[in-house]
Formats: sequence, C-alpha cells, structure tokens
Amino acid sequence: MKKLLRISIILLLVSALILTGCGGAPDTSDDVADVPSVKVGFIYIGPIGDLGYTYAHDQGRLYLEEELGVETIYQENVEESQQAVETAVRNMVDQGATVIFGTSFGYMEPMAQLSSEFPEVSFMHCSGYMMTDNMGNYFGAMEEARYLSGIVAGMKTETNEIGYVAAFPIPEVIRGINAFALGAQSVNPDAVVNVTWTNTWYDPAKEKEAAKALLDQGADVIAQHQDTTGPQIAAAEKGATAIGYNSDTSEMAPDSFMTAPIWNWGPYYVDQVQKVIDGTWEPESYYGGMADAEIVALAPLTALAPEGAQEVVDEAKDLIIDGSLNVFTGPIYDQDGEIKVEEGQVLTLDELLSMEWFVQGVLGNIE
Amino acid sequence: MLKIIKRDDLSKRQILKVRITAIVLAIVFSGLFIAILGYNPFKVFYNMFLGAIGTKIRIEQTLTIAIPLVITSLGILVAFKMKFWNIGGEGQILMGGFAASYAALNFDFLPKPILLLTMGIFAIVGGGVWAFIPAFFKIRFGTNETIFTLMMNYIAIKWITYLQFGPWRDPNAMGFPKIPMFTSNAILPKLLGVHIGWIVALIMTALIYVFMNHTKKGYEIAVVGESIDTAKYAGMNIKVVVVFAMIVSGGLCGLAGMIQASGVERTLAVSLSGGYGFTAIITTWLSGLSAPLVLLTSFAFAIMIQGGNFIQTALQIPQSAADMIQGMILFFVLGSEFFIQYKVQINKRSQVAGDRNE
Repeated sequence: MKKLLRISIILLLVSALILTGCGGAPDTSDDVADVPSVKVGFIYIGPIGDLGYTYAHDQGRLYLEEELGVETIYQENVEESQQAVETAVRNMVDQGATVIFGTSFGYMEPMAQLSSEFPEVSFMHCSGYMMTDNMGNYFGAMEEARYLSGIVAGMKTETNEIGYVAAFPIPEVIRGINAFALGAQSVNPDAVVNVTWTNTWYDPAKEKEAAKALLDQGADVIAQHQDTTGPQIAAAEKGATAIGYNSDTSEMAPDSFMTAPIWNWGPYYVDQVQKVIDGTWEPESYYGGMADAEIVALAPLTALAPEGAQEVVDEAKDLIIDGSLNVFTGPIYDQDGEIKVEEGQVLTLDELLSMEWFVQGVLGNIE
Repeated sequence: MLKIIKRDDLSKRQILKVRITAIVLAIVFSGLFIAILGYNPFKVFYNMFLGAIGTKIRIEQTLTIAIPLVITSLGILVAFKMKFWNIGGEGQILMGGFAASYAALNFDFLPKPILLLTMGIFAIVGGGVWAFIPAFFKIRFGTNETIFTLMMNYIAIKWITYLQFGPWRDPNAMGFPKIPMFTSNAILPKLLGVHIGWIVALIMTALIYVFMNHTKKGYEIAVVGESIDTAKYAGMNIKVVVVFAMIVSGGLCGLAGMIQASGVERTLAVSLSGGYGFTAIITTWLSGLSAPLVLLTSFAFAIMIQGGNFIQTALQIPQSAADMIQGMILFFVLGSEFFIQYKVQINKRSQVAGDRNE
C-alpha cells in the first residue's frame, strides 16, 4: 500500500507541476470548436519534409490556408493501419476539424468506416476508389505527366535500360510505370524499363539501395514511384541521371535531376473546401488530367535533360491537353506480346484504375 | 576512478526524493528542448495533458492505448517475477493476434460470443507457444532468454509480413498487400465508448494479483525468482515452474494481440503490436511488479502517448519532437532507477590500492 501511496504522490506532483506551470500561459487553442469556421485536417503518410509526395500535399495545404484563410492541422507519418488512422481522425475531429483529407491509399478502409461514425465531417480520400455518403475520393491522371517524363528518359538513355524504383504493385503504380514506358518507347522503341519493388512509400535508405541495384544491372536513367529523393541521389552518386516524382527536386539532387511528374494539389483543395464552406459539397470521385486542371504537371527540364527533349515534350503535352493524344491508345501489347488494347482503342477509366498488367518492354513481375 | 556499488541502504524517503528529482529534471529538460524549438513549453505540457484526458473522445483514446499496455504488462510481470527477462512481448502479441485472426478469418460463421471466445483461446495458445519456445531452450540448454525472446520478435514480424504479402493477402485490395478485414462477428463490442478489452484488462489484473499473491504456483514463481537454490531445496520442480510461468506470460501477451486485432485493427497487421511489447517492459518495471500498480503505470504511459499524438496536430509539433519529449521523460525516470539501486563513488588511488589489500 505504501508503494501505491508513493506512486500516487509522484503522479500528483507531476500533474501539479504541469498545471501550475500553465497558470502563466493561458491557453486559447482549445476553444476553437465553438467558432463556426471550417477547420481542415490532413493525414500524411510521410513527413512534410520528404521533398516528395507528402511535401507536395503539404504545399497544397499551405496554398489552401493562404487562399481561403481557413485553419488547417496535419499529422505526419501516419501508418496505413486502422489504429493509426483512427487515432489521427479522432484527434482531428476532437479538435474541431470538419474536413479531413487522407492522402494515402491504405487509409481508405479505416476512413470509410470512420465516415459513418462522423457523418458531419467531410472526408476526402486520395488515390482510392471507395465512396460513402460523406467520403469522396480524388486523384489525378498522373499517367499523362509520367508519359512526358518517359519521353525525356527515353531520349536520354544510352544503354536503353531505364531503372524504375517502385513502391507497391497496385494499379496506381503499375499505371504510372506503363505510361512511363510508353512515353519512353514513343521516342526510343528499344528502351526497356526495369522495375524493382520496395513495398514502402517512404524509406530513403531502401529506395536508394534499390536504385543502386538497378544502376548496377545496367540502367543509366532512374525513375521512381517513391516519396523521397533517395533514387535521385543514388543516380547522382553513380553519374547517372534521374526522373523524380511528386515535386521539383532540382535543387536537392542537382547532379542527376532532369525533370519529374509532379502534383499540384492546391487548387483542388481550395475548390473542395470552398464547397464545404458554401454548403454545396457532395462526395465525388475526381480524376483530373492535364486538360481540366493543374493537378498534374511536368517539372521544368534541367540542363541535364537531353537536347531537343523540350520540343518533343511540349508537342506531346499540347496533344494531350487538346485531347488528340491519349497515353493508352492501342495497339498496346503486354509483357508476353499479347495484344491488350486494339489499334485505335483506348483504355477506359475503370480499366486504368484496375490495371494489373505491364506493357511490353517492362521488365519485372507484378506480385 | 569511478566505482559503482550496489546499494540497499536508501530509505523510502530518499527513494522518493530521487524519483521526484528525476521527474522535475525530465520536465525541465524537455521544456528547454521545446523552448529551443520555438514553442512555449508550458503550453505544450498543458496541451499534452489535456490532449489525453481533456474530452470524452480523448479519454477513450487514452484508454484504448492503456488496455493492451495493461494486459501485456501483466504478462511481462509474471516472467519478471521469476527473473526471466521476457523481452518478447511484441512477438507474443503478434503470434496471439495471428492465432486469433486465423479463427476470425476461418470460423466467421460462428455466433459472435463463441467466435470471440474462440479467438481469445487461440490467442492465448498462440502467445503461449511463442513464449514456451525460449522457456524450453532455457531449461534444456541454458540459453539466454533475453536475446532469445528478443529475436523471436523478429521472426514473428517476418511471419506476419509473409502472410500479408503471400497466403493471406486480400484478393480484393487491388494489389495492395493487406490481410482482409474481419467480419463484424469477430469485432469486440464497445461498452461506454471503448471496446470491452478494458473489462478483460481489469479482470486479468485481479486474476494475476490473486495468482501471484495467493496461489501456490504464484508463490513458486516468486521463490524461483528470488533464489533457484531455495526453490530446489524446497523441492520445487524448477523446470515446470519456468515453463508454466512463461506460458502464462506469453498467453497474456497473446491475449493483448487478440484484443488489438479484434478491437482496434479489425484485421491482422504488423502494426498490431504497436511497440506495446517494449513499452510494457517499462510500465511493468516501474510498477515494482505489482499487478494493481500496473494499471496506474500503464495509464500514465497511455497519457504520455496520447498526449504526444495530440500535440502533433494541436500545436503542429513535428512527430520526431513529440517522440523526443517522451524519450527524455523515459530517460530521466528510468535513469533514476539506476541511482536508487547503485551509487557511484569517485575513489582516490590510495583507496583503490587499499581495496585490493583487503
């Protein structure tokens, strides 16, 4: 019993210390729930300083703050598990968030479940396919920008082998690899894309190692579907060049960075939150391309990009925007040489969102 | 010359003084750290505390963290009482979760109460078997249980990862490597806003208290922990005691795994154990190996964890900084244990020589 007493005293003292400490610093952040304004929560898979995927979303968040003056909160490094997502969502709702953006694929099921528990909150999930009464999903036609970056890589490679460090074998990533390969082949029919899976979104060391292995196998250009600059740095160390992803990292990897397919989330976030403020928000399934939004783009080419690439890219970009070029236009063959898209046909959005096969010229397996 | 001497001369008063000093130092230093980061330390601590118990949702969150901590700590407690250093809580949680998930995914036609009971029993067996292996090697070959149980964690993690990427992969997840969600039959119901794991935790605390203090087996475990020779002299079968205690220890950790899988995660994932297997070592140690006090230390740690989560979003403090605050508090509080058990003397040369003559 004495021990119990002792520990109770300790705990009491701790709380006393903490509480008296606060006397001098009145706290106001807790009363926000009473003010009828929109508070927006962002759940991130990586740290905002990853210079990649999460960084791009966070730039969107800052843009949203600036444009609409709404208050935003975020949590970094949230695992793709029920427990982690639930903790993050509950903490945010508890702090008065009425709009929640979850920006990773694995958040989908927990978010869908929580959306029924918090019907007054607008949930928006990035890169998934589920919808509920108060949860929509959004993504961009990154394959268009991937295709353009493939053109740059295809013109650059001398070994005709491009390494691709990829995260998970899910349709989003597969789609990107295929679009990239088709872009590369459009200017260099002999180019092959060698794919390695890391099964992580954010793991700088692992991504770098994977890129090194691809370079050792003969690749001289590295592309990535990863959230860090790890692959670009590996390329720089080996004297190769790299295509980034998510955001313009020309300053972080100046010795290898040629360009990158990048995200520009800000305008979409502003649009959605404005609708919530106006009371006109409805869950939607948004998939924006280069033509109708600035959500995807290609970062400016650096001096490392091959000569003449700018013109070819610009030409293709114009064709994509005016609708005369669809990245997935037949004839397209799969890895076994079987025709998947007939001459003149294009893939539907559903087929894109459930893509589970590689085009010809991609080396690697989907497991 | 630095000399470290074991001490047992501290009075309760002095021990209390050391611990209070540690806590004050922890608060001062993490406050300093917060101030260097450019935040108001008072506001941060206040928010941490409020973030854990300020509203109903927050208390629910804190309790949800405390539940697996309590049950795992109770498991660790049984092993520690025997001075069997079970560092394998993580692995035992995962294997318990694995066994429970096997039941959840394959017997979902059973009525809910029966299915949940089956999952619980499977989990206790799963965790128990995982703990039995190092116990067996210890009594048979005298292997070091600390290393052994620690390594068993990594095997368990890789096993779950294998299931996730291979045989148990959800075919409907569009290629994303995850195990299917449980059906509603396999999910623990909620009572007062928190899944009923909290009732299990309270019952287990009472059971372990009675077991350790009022049963023959519990007494034997304590005796083996105090002195193996005494236990032998008293005619106890040491091997049986060790194996039994470890199965109880692992079984409890396994049960925590089932509760996490069913009540929180709703599926099996590597993140299930959430570091509770390691945190429980600390909560158990700080409880002084007393089952009722485990409730208190586990709750205190749950406050710290939930408070740390909260300040990230409330004050936009980076996660790594929140982790550092927790780390600093741990460092000082655990560090003080060293000064309670040992004293450090700075000896002059002559005294060292004198010691040698003795």
